[in-house]
Amino acid sequence: MSSAVKPALGKDSGVNVKTGMSSHKKMNLIGWLFVGLSVILIITFYFYPMFQALLLSFKTGTGANLEYTGLDNYKRLFIDKTFLTAVGNTFIYLIIQVPAMILLGLFISVLLNDSKLKFKGFFRTAIFLPCVTSLVAYSVVFKYLFAGDGIVNMALMKLHLITEPIQWITDPFWAKVTIVIAITWRWTGYNMIFYLSALQNIDNSIYEAARIDGASSTRQFFSITVPLLKPIILFTSITSTIGTLQLFDEVMNITRGGPGNSTMTISQYIYNLSFKYTADFGYAATVSYSIVIMIIVLSIIQFKVAGDRK
Amino acid sequence: MIKPRRIFTYAFLIGVSAISIFPFLWMVVSATNKSVDVTKGRLLPGSHLIENIRNLTSQVDIVNALMNSLKVSVVTTLLALLISSLAGYGFEVYRSRAKDIVFNILLLSMMIPFASLMVPLYRMFASASRSVPSIGIDTLTAVVLPTITTAFLIFFFRQSTKMFPKDMLEAGRMDGLSELGLFFRIYMPTMKTTYAAAAIITFMASWNNYMWPLVVLQSPENQTVPLVISNLGSSYAPDYGVIMSAIVIATVPTALVFFLMQKHFVAGMMGSVK
Repeated sequence: MSSAVKPALGKDSGVNVKTGMSSHKKMNLIGWLFVGLSVILIITFYFYPMFQALLLSFKTGTGANLEYTGLDNYKRLFIDKTFLTAVGNTFIYLIIQVPAMILLGLFISVLLNDSKLKFKGFFRTAIFLPCVTSLVAYSVVFKYLFAGDGIVNMALMKLHLITEPIQWITDPFWAKVTIVIAITWRWTGYNMIFYLSALQNIDNSIYEAARIDGASSTRQFFSITVPLLKPIILFTSITSTIGTLQLFDEVMNITRGGPGNSTMTISQYIYNLSFKYTADFGYAATVSYSIVIMIIVLSIIQFKVAGDRK
Repeated sequence: MIKPRRIFTYAFLIGVSAISIFPFLWMVVSATNKSVDVTKGRLLPGSHLIENIRNLTSQVDIVNALMNSLKVSVVTTLLALLISSLAGYGFEVYRSRAKDIVFNILLLSMMIPFASLMVPLYRMFASASRSVPSIGIDTLTAVVLPTITTAFLIFFFRQSTKMFPKDMLEAGRMDGLSELGLFFRIYMPTMKTTYAAAAIITFMASWNNYMWPLVVLQSPENQTVPLVISNLGSSYAPDYGVIMSAIVIATVPTALVFFLMQKHFVAGMMGSVK
């Protein structure tokens, strides 16, 4: 009996006279009481809803009048132009924004990791500062900064970098650029903190040895820093990927998904399907499952890519 | 002699810092200016802060929204800390093979995006509304309930419990403390910094939560701060001074939490990768 229970439970294995239970069994039971409430809440608010969503994804109809229509919703995904646009937009954000932010974060953290650098604390705090803002608040600020007559255009015109104001919010191309700039502003510092603390754990003598061998700093960056930071880079790229696939607050508050559907994300489309247009909960659940599948597939790919280079 | 590389490093870092700080400066300065001056690109502090706040309070009940946000965030944080730390402690201290399996299944919930939960959760709370209106749609309870327990926080407490000296529990048992007594009298006081870090993460997430309140809250008197800001931001004739003063008010609590507890904040972030 006792072999099934790990030593953390204590060494006493006598039988409790009152309850007739061995104390290991009793401890094991107490353990379940400690974790019980969390398990119930996670089942209730994560796994049960996901099961409901799975059932819903095979149903069609408006509002509460739903009936089973098999795979119809899943077939609809492939011919739904708005859905395909939303997936395309999300992947554009993913492919451009995530690598750019990770490289920028890495670069800044390498600069900050210099022991001779002055005002290090100031730089670190300043670059991390955007993380204290709420997503809604910063999105509204960015919407006005990047307005047609906003301060960004004013500054660019004053510097004679542009002659005409850029339509940051209302042009399909520039609206995507604005979203990418906004997310990068908000999250680079956050990722930088992870790299910075990982860099502090690297033994400085590795770099000294490399310098003696005549390795350039670019070479040092790609041959020492990046390989040693691989686990943390993997972690940040997975969390950033999951975050980007769920992008909602920014798009909702900067562009409302427009112009047209040119900045629409999958999360926003689910919201629109359920709460903006005539409620189509069944199809919304089908679109929901598409994000879950994408998250799982992308996480597996990232693990594989990182694992193979070991 | 200063090397060109040094100059580049400082120039680059100053540039990035300036870009990071500028939106804050603009937001604070604009909150003190008239809307017309903001559109003209004025970057100097003005004297219209009081008037902007007065206009804001006449347009929306910002005090009520702040109270709603505060209620939601404080209740969520307290419950989340208690429930998740009990679980993280339980999974580690009373470890068994079955519990490890359950723990790994719980971790899978981190892969579920909130957008996927939104529709089924909304339907759950809508049907709850019919029998128990006090926890249904358009209540603050409905905002709190699904956000109390996250696998992340349980994971965070379990990881921190690994560093906790288990001898202290044995000693407590010798002294006749009950198992719950060990948790409240020994574990909790020892793990103060872990609780502080967890409190910051949870409070910030709850204070800034937008999607779920947007879905579940309907009446204006139940709105939280992010909803009010989002509404102000989507008006067709925005008064920049008024909106920026609202954003400053919304940002002050999280900025304060951050500056007062910066160390715990970073510790909390790191706890997720240990």
